[in-house]
Amino acid sequence: MDPFTTLTGLVAPLDRLNVDTDQIIPKQYLKTVQRTGLKDGLFYDWRCMPDGTPDPTFFMNQARFSGVAILLGRDNFGCGSSREHAPWALLDYGIRCVIAPSFADIFYNNCFQNGMLPIVLPEDAINELFCSVDATEGYQLTVNLDAQTITRPEGQLIQFVIDPFRKSCLLSGLDTIGLTLEYEGDIAVYEAKRKTDVPWLFPS
Amino acid sequence: MSGRTMFEKIWGGHVVRENEAGTTLLYVDRHLVHEVTSPQAFEGLKLAGRTVRHPEFTLAVPDHNVPTTDRSHGIADPSSAKQIDALEKNCREWDIPFFALDDHRQGIVHVIGPEQGFTLPGMTIVCGDSHTSTHGAFGTLAFGIGTSEVEHVLATQCLLQTKPKTILIQVDGTLSHYCSAKDIILAIIEKIGTAGATGYIIEYAGSAIRALSMEGRMTLCNMSIEAGARAGMVAPDECTIDYIRGRPLAPAGKAFDAAAEAWRQLSTDSDATFDRVLELRAESIAPQVTWGTSPGMGTAVDQYVPDPKTITDDRLRVATEQALDYMGLTSGTPITDISIDKVFIGSCTNGRIEDLRLAAKYAKGKKVHQRVHAMVVPGSGLVKRQAEDEGLDQVFQEAGFEWREAGCSMCLAMNPDVLKFGDRCASTSNRNFEGRQGKGGRTHLVSPAMAVVAAIEGHFVDIRSWIHSQP
Repeated sequence: MDPFTTLTGLVAPLDRLNVDTDQIIPKQYLKTVQRTGLKDGLFYDWRCMPDGTPDPTFFMNQARFSGVAILLGRDNFGCGSSREHAPWALLDYGIRCVIAPSFADIFYNNCFQNGMLPIVLPEDAINELFCSVDATEGYQLTVNLDAQTITRPEGQLIQFVIDPFRKSCLLSGLDTIGLTLEYEGDIAVYEAKRKTDVPWLFPS
Repeated sequence: MSGRTMFEKIWGGHVVRENEAGTTLLYVDRHLVHEVTSPQAFEGLKLAGRTVRHPEFTLAVPDHNVPTTDRSHGIADPSSAKQIDALEKNCREWDIPFFALDDHRQGIVHVIGPEQGFTLPGMTIVCGDSHTSTHGAFGTLAFGIGTSEVEHVLATQCLLQTKPKTILIQVDGTLSHYCSAKDIILAIIEKIGTAGATGYIIEYAGSAIRALSMEGRMTLCNMSIEAGARAGMVAPDECTIDYIRGRPLAPAGKAFDAAAEAWRQLSTDSDATFDRVLELRAESIAPQVTWGTSPGMGTAVDQYVPDPKTITDDRLRVATEQALDYMGLTSGTPITDISIDKVFIGSCTNGRIEDLRLAAKYAKGKKVHQRVHAMVVPGSGLVKRQAEDEGLDQVFQEAGFEWREAGCSMCLAMNPDVLKFGDRCASTSNRNFEGRQGKGGRTHLVSPAMAVVAAIEGHFVDIRSWIHSQP
C-alpha cells in the first residue's frame, strides 16, 4: 500500500446525502477479478444520461474538475454495499481523499486499506468548503496527515481528528496483514484456549 | 462490576490482543466467501506468499453473479463465468469447503450459513458482504468486511477492529397479523435514518422480537446495515437452539447440549447498560412501503408520498426532491395509488422458506396482474427443494409468478435479472438505491406479503383491508 503523507490537489463537490457504493461503482463493474481499471465505472449512472452520453451537470464531465484528487461529500458517504471496488474506483480515477461530515463504517474502513484518507469535518466547515469550491475555479486544498490539518488557499488551517492507529498505518503504508502475522504466537495461544472453552467450534 | 451486554460478552471472548492505540486484534470463528469480493483477496495472498490459516473455518459459495434460469448448460456471461470459475479454483487450491453452482446446497451466503448450522450463537462471523449482519439473529457477532479484510481473515483468522458502541432497540407489544419482521426493520430505519446507528452494534430485544421466528430475526438483523450498524443481534433462546439442532454443521449429541448451555448464558445481563436505547411499540407498526431512494425513505401503506416543501432541513428537502424525481412520484399521492410493473420475491432479506410460505398463502388461487411481471427466487437450493416438496412452486406458477433457481438475483441485479429503465418494482430485497436493480429502475421495498398483493392488484394495497375484500 502506498503511504499517505501530504496531498495537494483539486477539490470537486458531490453535493448529495447518502452517496451509496452502488452509485460509486455500479454492479456491472463488479465482475472483475482485479483491483485496477475501475475508473470507467466510477459514478457511471450519474455520469451518463440514459442514452449513454455524458451528463454535463456532473462534476466528472466538467473541465474545471479534471484532475480531481479530493472529493467533497455529504453525510453518510459510502453507505450500502461493502464492495471495496468503491474506493478502488475512486483511487483509479485519482481521488485519494474524501472529505465529508460522516461516512458509513465499511467504506470508511475500506479507504484506509487502500492508502486513501477519509476526513470527517463538522457540517459548518463542509458548507464553507462547498461554497469555496463553487466560487473558485481550480480550488485546491493541502492535506497534511501527520499534522492532521487541511490548508485552504485562503490561508486558514482546518484541524481534523483521526484514530492514531489508522494514522500511523497510512503514514507508513503499513501492511496490516504482516502486522497481524507478527502476533502469530498470540493467535496460537488464543486458539488453544478457545479449543478448550468452546470445543464444538473445532470439529475434529 | 456492572453486567455485560451480549455484544460485550462475545467481543470480550474474541480478543486475541489489545494493540496500541485502542485497536483490538479480534478472532474470527467463521468466514463466508462468495465470488464477487474474494478473487482479489486470493490474488493478494498468492502475491505475498501467504496461506489460508483455517480453510476448515471457511465456507464458499457463488451467489451474487449466478443466473437464476436453467444453468445446466453453464453461464452465458463470460465475465460472470470467469468470476465463478475463479472462486472454484481458489477453493480447490486452498482446500476451502465449497458449494458449487450445481450443488443442491448452493444459495445466498446468508441463507446457507444458518441453513447448514455453520452459523452458531456466540461466534464471530465475517463475509465480504454488508448483509453479513443477518447472522446476528443467532446471537452472533457478524459483520460485513471489504476485500482487503477478506484477505486478512484468510491469512490470519483475525481482524484489527475498534470496539463499536451499542444501541438497544426494544420492540414490545404485539405485531399486527399482517406485518412481519420486514415491516419492523423498515419502520426502525424510517425512524432512526440510514446513518442512525453508524458506529453502533444493535441489539434487538423486547416481546415483539422474542415472538419472531428465527427466519424473522434474520430478516430483522439483515437490514441493520441499512440503519448504518455493521451488526444487529438477537439473544439466543430456545427458539434459536431448536432451529440449530440437527443441522449438518452444528454440533451433535453431548457437544450440542454443552453448546446449548453456553448459548443460554449469552444474553445481556439485567444490569448491563447500552450507549443508546430506542423503544418502539409493535402495535404502532403498519405494513411499510418505501417511496424513495434510501431505505429510510419509507412510510406506512395507508400514508402518502411526502411533500418536500414541509421539510425544514435544506439538505433533507433536496434529497427528498431528488428521490421523488428519480422515483417519478408526485407529493401527496396515496401509496396505494402507486402502480407497479415488476415484483421480486427473494434475497438474503426475504428468500427463506417462511417468506415463500407466506407469499404462497396470499398468491394461492389468485392471478398476477396482467401488467406485472413477477418472479420468486428462493434463497438457496434447499429452500427451493423444500418449497417444491410443499407444492409452493405450483401455487406461484399457477398464479403467474416465475419460479427460479437460487441466488441473489434482482436484489443487486448483477446477473441477467435486471429492471428496465423506468420499471417500478415491489421488491422484498433490502436496498432501493438509484439503479440498484437496474439503471433507471425504481425500487419499493416491502414485505413478501405486501409484494404478493401488489403483484395481484398491480399497485400497492393495504393488506389489512385487502384481505377482508377477498372472497
